[in-house]
Amino acid sequence: MSDLLHVSSSPHVRSKIKTDTIMFMVLIALLPSACMGIYLFGIPALTIIVISIAACVLTEYIYEFLMHKPITISDGSAMVTGLLLAMNLPATVPWWVPLIGGVFAILIVKQLFGGLGQNFMNPALAARCFLLISFPARMTDFSVGDGTASRIVDTVSGATPLAELRAGGSYDLLSMFLGNTKGTIGETSAVLLLLGGIFLVVIKVIDLRIPLTYLGTFTVFYLVFGSFDLGDVAAQLCGGGIMLGAWFMATDYVTRPITKKGQYVYGVILGLMTGIFRMFGGSPEGVSFAIIFTNLLVPVIERLTLPNAFGIVKRKGGKAS
Amino acid sequence: MKANSPVERLYNGIVKENPTFVMMIGMCPTLAVTTSASNGVGMGLTTTAILVASNMMISMLRKMIPDSVRMPAYIGVVASFVTIVEFLLKAYLPDLYSALGIYIPLIVVNCIILGRAEAYAGKNPVLPSLFDGIGMGLGFTVGLFSIGAVRELIGAGEILGFRILPASYEPVTIFIMAPGAFFVLALLVALQNKVRNAAGNKKKTASSSCGSSGCGGCGNTACSGKNQ
Repeated sequence: MSDLLHVSSSPHVRSKIKTDTIMFMVLIALLPSACMGIYLFGIPALTIIVISIAACVLTEYIYEFLMHKPITISDGSAMVTGLLLAMNLPATVPWWVPLIGGVFAILIVKQLFGGLGQNFMNPALAARCFLLISFPARMTDFSVGDGTASRIVDTVSGATPLAELRAGGSYDLLSMFLGNTKGTIGETSAVLLLLGGIFLVVIKVIDLRIPLTYLGTFTVFYLVFGSFDLGDVAAQLCGGGIMLGAWFMATDYVTRPITKKGQYVYGVILGLMTGIFRMFGGSPEGVSFAIIFTNLLVPVIERLTLPNAFGIVKRKGGKAS
Repeated sequence: MKANSPVERLYNGIVKENPTFVMMIGMCPTLAVTTSASNGVGMGLTTTAILVASNMMISMLRKMIPDSVRMPAYIGVVASFVTIVEFLLKAYLPDLYSALGIYIPLIVVNCIILGRAEAYAGKNPVLPSLFDGIGMGLGFTVGLFSIGAVRELIGAGEILGFRILPASYEPVTIFIMAPGAFFVLALLVALQNKVRNAAGNKKKTASSSCGSSGCGGCGNTACSGKNQ
């Protein structure tokens, strides 16, 4: 009770939910998919996850220590960034790739812009794009080592299901849904990501506005401009990073619009951008670029969808009076 | 140092009012051509040559150019020199010419050259203007070289084409692309601000910003003209 009531200026009643509660809920929601990645790709995947999280947390600690700022590593946001970054990397990358990515995500994208709440772009995705541009060959190498290949016998070697689909090849929808396929560490299993997303919705950390408008717009876009085939659409939704992106990265509190109308607009733009990148772009995947690009539009979206204050009537075609 | 002496002008251009790191002007070529240290130096020296020539010419003509049309006059002078230098580069340094591409004709609208013409050469005698041009040009060259060297080192593992990092080093290619220019520029500016502030804290006596270099050097055209 004493935690809830403060004798101070307003607000007098405070929620018990704090940044660290939310961040640890996101970590819990990501855990099943991360475990699936470790199961599929073995020790290399675990190593990448550990290095990525360690790099993010240590960078945050060192920067804040050197700059004499309050140390915020216990709020878990750096851990979430590290885990998301690792889940966006293929399991074949050498150890220094998650290290560079983690330092870039925290130092350049997050801390230099003022720390948590100030970054204009999702740090994990910005780092992924940084790595993708810098090391294109390594970041799209989805071949797996000897020790783990036996677990994913029923997939075609070489390409991800999404690349296969783009090339007009066959795909196994069930294994794409369950995650028994190739891809980055955390994106393979659509069902586990969906489960994590629904868990976050149930405990009210995120709501359905952004994920549903995003996935819905993408579906419509694909049906119109891609192929009018429900199987293909389902494969597009289960393959690649769209599930991870829609439930965990597009809903990032810092980089999504705060207005409700704005969140619908944001979801629609995300769906359109992902559709354009996937169908007309140079590579089969475009979720990460779509999200960081739309992150840049967020200030404009917020400005255009600012709700009227209660009691203020908007005049016809004019400003609020 | 005496105001407007050659040494003072050089120091002012290279350190005190370095166009790249302090005044932050001429950013277009700074960001675009510094994919390697040699391109940076090439661009810096080309700009220096044009800057020295245009500063001298404008300083000589400063009593003849009417105040109301000084901008078109300056641009005419600068554009002539740029054209000369462009043809010279095309004839004698074709490699550098093709590496710099469109950014050579764009020197005409480079802020540094017009800025120095407006702030200094249009109000000061020929000799100080000459050294002002050399100092500013070298300051620009130093800035471009350091940005280019860092980008080339991280993005290709080399400096001026010489292998610095071991062959096993995997280049972070984003640093020789457009985003790398912004990263490196921001980090170098932050670094030199840190050094400058540390040095400034030691000697707090020099408080007046205009005092040591004279009004002509401070770039504030609102007051410097009245000092003539």
